[in-house]
Amino acid sequence: MPHRKIGFGLRSVGHTMIDGIWRLGYASRFFFVTLISSGASFRRIHLTIREIYFSGVMSLIIIIVSGLFVGMVLGLQGYETLQKYGSESALGSLVALSLVRELGPVLAALLFASRAGSAITAEIGLMKATEQISAMEMMAVDPIARVVAPRFWAGVISMPLLAAMFSAIGVFGGYLVGVVLIGVDEGSFWSQMQAAVDFRQDIVNGVIKSVVFGVAVTAIALFEGYDAPPTAEGVSHATTRTVVTSALAVLALDFILTAFMFRGV
Amino acid sequence: MERTTLDLWVGAFVVGGLIALTILAFKVGNLGGYDGSETYSVSAEFDNIGGLKVKAPIKSSGVVVGRVADIQFDNGKFRARVEMRIGKQFQFPKDTSASILTSGLLGEQYIGLEAGGDEVNLKNGDKFKLTQSAMVLEQLIGQFLFSKASEDGDKKKSNGGDSKAVAQ
Repeated sequence: MPHRKIGFGLRSVGHTMIDGIWRLGYASRFFFVTLISSGASFRRIHLTIREIYFSGVMSLIIIIVSGLFVGMVLGLQGYETLQKYGSESALGSLVALSLVRELGPVLAALLFASRAGSAITAEIGLMKATEQISAMEMMAVDPIARVVAPRFWAGVISMPLLAAMFSAIGVFGGYLVGVVLIGVDEGSFWSQMQAAVDFRQDIVNGVIKSVVFGVAVTAIALFEGYDAPPTAEGVSHATTRTVVTSALAVLALDFILTAFMFRGV
Repeated sequence: MERTTLDLWVGAFVVGGLIALTILAFKVGNLGGYDGSETYSVSAEFDNIGGLKVKAPIKSSGVVVGRVADIQFDNGKFRARVEMRIGKQFQFPKDTSASILTSGLLGEQYIGLEAGGDEVNLKNGDKFKLTQSAMVLEQLIGQFLFSKASEDGDKKKSNGGDSKAVAQ
């Protein structure tokens, strides 16, 4: 029966759509409940500090090493192109602007999503699979306030700090390659950089970007973990989805924020 | 609640992040430079300001002494009015001239001050009497081509005379 086949296809399309919208609504409610019940994560600040250690401090190595190499590559490539026009003294402003405005916040967020976001999802998914979350509810402990909110705020606090470190180390990497290795004039490297980078326009906007990315990445990671089917397969799928979704969210948000922040600059 | 090694790491992390932000603000950004806290305001009128922008530096002998605060178009005189804020510690004679210059071939534009010889110094709200507009590249090229063309014309004329002389 052909019409039955068509009906089945339509039904599956509709089911996927409704399921997606349902999930989105559930995710929004989850996000707001997290915000509302985050009082405990500041009253009992050691909960948040513990999570800052696991998601922020433990991401330091990858952030610093990647920042250094990104800055060094920027210095090398920027020099190759700029020296064709005899303006290699602009290397400092090229390295600093691209790091502070874009690469620092975005790459730090992508690294954070794969280093800390996936760990958060796996941890919460496994807590759910081993019924630790239900046990908390049985003991009248709100799992959102006790488990989810501290991790959320830890991510939001860590992300701008990590992005700032990424940018600072990256500028140092660009300095290493540009000035120490290639021999661009040190004075013009720094002075052109300081002339080009504006505190309000570039650095504050970069920090705002990284705060937004921190909210997005952590919220996605927490929701995927909380929503994961309580099986080994479910947790593994949720972890994959966290990395993919937060990477896409970061890049899309970056485009939107850039369009708002840097138009006409 | 007692202190743990974990707190130490988190503290170091936060301090590291704040240091990075400070480095970005002062070493990479322009927050540490000339801050313009104690300034006085002087204005100047130009026929053409070229690509001058607000916050462009004001330099005298190459040293930054202030910043452009505001640029407006005077619809009565059809000239550009540039408001400048100059640091209190830099005093200039009344007949100082202001000209719009470019740093390098493709660099940014700034206002250069050339001190005069007057006894009286500029005060808050004064105006530069002597100004020189920005150079417009198209006009310069036009002038150059024009002078080149007339030069070539002269040469041809004199060449023609010579050949005639040789023929004779």
